[in-house]
Amino acid sequence: MAIDLEQFHEVFFEESLEGLDLMEQGLLAINGGEQPDAEVINTIFRAAHSIKGGSGTFGFTEIANFTHVLETLLDEARDGTRILSTEAVDLLLQSSDCLRAMVGSLQAGEPIDDSTSGPLVVAFEAMLAGDTVPASEEASTTVPDAAAIPSVDSGLSHNDIVEASINSLLGADDETSLNNDGTSGAGGSDEDGGSSGGGAEWKISFQPDPEILMTGNEPLRLFRELSAMGAMRTEAHTQSIPDFDHLSADECFISWTLWLTADVSRDEIVEVFDWVVDECKLEVELVGDASEELSPVVAEESAQAAESPQEPAASAPVSEPEPVPQPEPAPEPKAAPVATPAATTPAAPATAKESEKAAPATSASSSSSIRVGIDKVDSLINLVGELVITQSMLSELGNNFEMEKLDRLSNGLEQLLQNTKELQESVMRIRMLPISFAFNRFPRMIRDLAQKTGKVVDLQLSGEQTELDKTVMEQIGDPLVHLVRNAIDHGIEPAEERLANGKPEQGTIKLDAYHQGGNIVIEIRDDGRGINPDVILAKAIEKGIVSAGEDLPESRIFDLIFEPGFSTAAVVSDISGRGVGMDVVRRNIKSLGGRIEIQSKLGSGSTFKVYLPLTLAIVDGQLVRVGTETYIVPLISIVESLQIKPELVNRVSGDMALYRLRDDNVPIIPIYREFGIEADNTVLENGLLVVVEGEGQKIGLLVDDLLAQQQVVIKSLVSNYKRVEGVSGATILGDGSVSMILDIAGLIRQVSERSQKRRGRKSGGSGSNSQHQAA
Amino acid sequence: MAQILVVDDSASMRNMVTATLQSAGHQVKDAGDGQAALTIAKTGRFDAVVTDLNMPIMDGIELVKNLRSLPNYKYTPILLLTTESSADKKTQGKQAGATGWLVKPFNPEKLLATVDRVLS
Amino acid sequence: MDIQALAETVPVEGVVNLEGIDFVKNGDEYLTFCLGSEHYGVEILSVKEIRGWERPTLIPNSPDYVKGVINIRGIIIPIIDLRMRFAVGDSTYSNTTVVIVLSLENDSMNCMMGFVVDAVSDVLNVEDGDVKKAPNFGGTLPVDMVEGLVNVGDNVVTIISTEQLLTLEDD
Repeated sequence: MAIDLEQFHEVFFEESLEGLDLMEQGLLAINGGEQPDAEVINTIFRAAHSIKGGSGTFGFTEIANFTHVLETLLDEARDGTRILSTEAVDLLLQSSDCLRAMVGSLQAGEPIDDSTSGPLVVAFEAMLAGDTVPASEEASTTVPDAAAIPSVDSGLSHNDIVEASINSLLGADDETSLNNDGTSGAGGSDEDGGSSGGGAEWKISFQPDPEILMTGNEPLRLFRELSAMGAMRTEAHTQSIPDFDHLSADECFISWTLWLTADVSRDEIVEVFDWVVDECKLEVELVGDASEELSPVVAEESAQAAESPQEPAASAPVSEPEPVPQPEPAPEPKAAPVATPAATTPAAPATAKESEKAAPATSASSSSSIRVGIDKVDSLINLVGELVITQSMLSELGNNFEMEKLDRLSNGLEQLLQNTKELQESVMRIRMLPISFAFNRFPRMIRDLAQKTGKVVDLQLSGEQTELDKTVMEQIGDPLVHLVRNAIDHGIEPAEERLANGKPEQGTIKLDAYHQGGNIVIEIRDDGRGINPDVILAKAIEKGIVSAGEDLPESRIFDLIFEPGFSTAAVVSDISGRGVGMDVVRRNIKSLGGRIEIQSKLGSGSTFKVYLPLTLAIVDGQLVRVGTETYIVPLISIVESLQIKPELVNRVSGDMALYRLRDDNVPIIPIYREFGIEADNTVLENGLLVVVEGEGQKIGLLVDDLLAQQQVVIKSLVSNYKRVEGVSGATILGDGSVSMILDIAGLIRQVSERSQKRRGRKSGGSGSNSQHQAA
Repeated sequence: MAQILVVDDSASMRNMVTATLQSAGHQVKDAGDGQAALTIAKTGRFDAVVTDLNMPIMDGIELVKNLRSLPNYKYTPILLLTTESSADKKTQGKQAGATGWLVKPFNPEKLLATVDRVLS
Repeated sequence: MDIQALAETVPVEGVVNLEGIDFVKNGDEYLTFCLGSEHYGVEILSVKEIRGWERPTLIPNSPDYVKGVINIRGIIIPIIDLRMRFAVGDSTYSNTTVVIVLSLENDSMNCMMGFVVDAVSDVLNVEDGDVKKAPNFGGTLPVDMVEGLVNVGDNVVTIISTEQLLTLEDD
């Protein structure tokens, strides 16, 4: 009966990564050299301990070995023998990084690179060796066997019993080897399993303590185990049973003498009493065969030695059974179980299988599974239940419909609408996770960055419980990292500068998240030096992004930061530079259907606000009609819809119509012209204008009619067709027809490109200036 | 066959132990910490309990002590899962009233064999 | 009035499901169709559905032979007029105009597309040896598009590669 352990691997990887997160959080909360909070240390220990246990069970030896060293150190910290120094905390933090990489490699089916773990182990051992507790020293030197040892302790014995009885190994004297390598019950039994020929007769004297039953141990079971080894005869001694008045059912006053004829070693018999050795008096003697007879006293001692070998050695048991792993490989194949090799052979076969399955998981961060709280699932089940009720009600109505029942039909449909809406919301919530998952990397990052830059920075997180779609969260991670790095790099001033300006030495970065409208807003606020609009403008002019003499509002100037190729740092710092510019950040945010805004005050600090839709697949849209075509304009992009007042229309450059909306001149884009379709109304002055905003620019869409507002499900055109500029997808309306969802930013881009081309043709080369007017 | 309660804060271990026991025909309920396990134990009847030692909220030793104080669980076999081969955890476990232990890492076969030992 | 029963009697407009095709023959089977007065064929296995013409939703700024997209059971499928694409015949739309929905795949992708044709003919069973190489000169079809020619009675059927059809709109 072979259980395939591989089915548990993915869960193990995920929980290990979560454990590493907890470990890191805990480590960051420790101040080196101080006694840490007990709960914090326990959490860290448990995380490492779980990873060690699981990795051992599933055969990931590198991880098991590496974690063993960490665990040893953490154990000392946990029981107070050691106070973790800053150096130790740093080492542990690095180890958690290393473990993360190892888990990542396993997930991806790649071999584990031990170039980082090796030096770390050396460093840990040095640290442990500098301690006066000898136990740890032994433990650290025998790391390689860490995975093998526990299985030697108990994993082999039963197999060997089977093995021994099957093979009738003619081993060396059991008696002599017993005293030398007490632990190696397994090794011992291997070498001394059974004596020459037939079975030996053993006399076992078992006197349990009265409380033996209270630990759930049952002598009958023990005897059953023994009798499975060979022929057995028992004799009970009842002389100690108290008289009836003093008899208690909970206690055992019987002792037994058992005669077992079996081809087993002494160790194997003693092993049956493994668990109760402290609660009984046990004597095992060989009676029916040549060889030595041990005196009861020795027998008992050895029995106990077999139990707790570590006592005499005073060192961790890990060192003793070292020789034993060699015989291991031999019985392994005979011992049959498929899983055993999995537990003891190195991770190579495990990873080989991993790679077959690893294909879908491209990176450790984008796992293809999601944890859902049971409450969400229950709510979903309830809603489906209600839906079923509504459906059967409607079905029944439909079976014998009469016009009188119209009201009920209408109510039923209303109910259906309600059910589907609630179901939809509930399902969407399943993909939602708290943003804390994305925020969690920042404390560590800020600590490292602050150290690197020599600045003093404090991070304040709020709104960590705000939920957002899992995919959105995975993709917003990198842009957020960039923005935070940017804030530390360019925003927060060095300590002296802050003090000189009357600011507290410590700079503060606040990360906040909250829901607003149908969006989640993520704010990155710093109290640094703020953005200087003049410097930005100058740089932009220098790079030819804008022309000199243009009067731009401050918000527009700040937006220039997002232009490609824009960087005000004299030296592109390695922290935030690296070719990943703000333009990429904005592009990533846009591709998620969001936008980013900057607010800043020179000298006080800056705030970056990222707006993201709560889900990717659904958008709130305004249906508009142009001719016979219906389009969807995302509500989030609509500034205003209005009836055109002819007097506010101005024409410039021949064919460009501008609408005066308060202080802005908004270019009017006739959709029919852009899309090459028929429209009812081609006369601007009578038209209906939907003013939208994208990429910091406003345009006005000329439409024939405004229809309903509704939530639409975005269906991609890419899967069966290809990406279309100006269109972010399509949706299926209630009547089954398809409607295009407009991508405002893309539309703006398209319009400006087209007019540039037209201008190019007309005037041949006065391109760059007019680009900004047309946009 | 038997009703077994499995307690471990590691989901992958819980899954593995549960699946192994189920494959042998046992009925299994599981919990992620001692407190939850105690609640489940009180509302059911189990023939054996398999529990990890290191868990948040209530650890294995505490769980054993608490179980033993329940009338239905005075003699129920309780097995501790431990990676620690040090004597004192085992002694602590026994003192709390545990029946025996199974040292991690273990393979499914070893798990089943050990559980069989305690089921009558 | 039993609405359920009534609903079931309403035929779904223009959908013809292919039935009773015998796959036990040797060689390959092709669905033949007409563009103008010319005959063409595509692998029968790639044919998912044959529908009547319905006006699709326009895709902004698309080539003229891409008529738009339609909704087939929740999936959005582009409709391409082969008569325009291959510059064959007249592109008129009447109640005999047919849309063949094909499932196309190559190494990197798999998608469904609908093609407007004038009419659908028989299923042709072609032995391997019957498909002859097409002469490599003239004609409005890209050369890789044509897998070969088959003689059917007095007519010639041009066998079209479904793999190449995928690249149809990448101009």
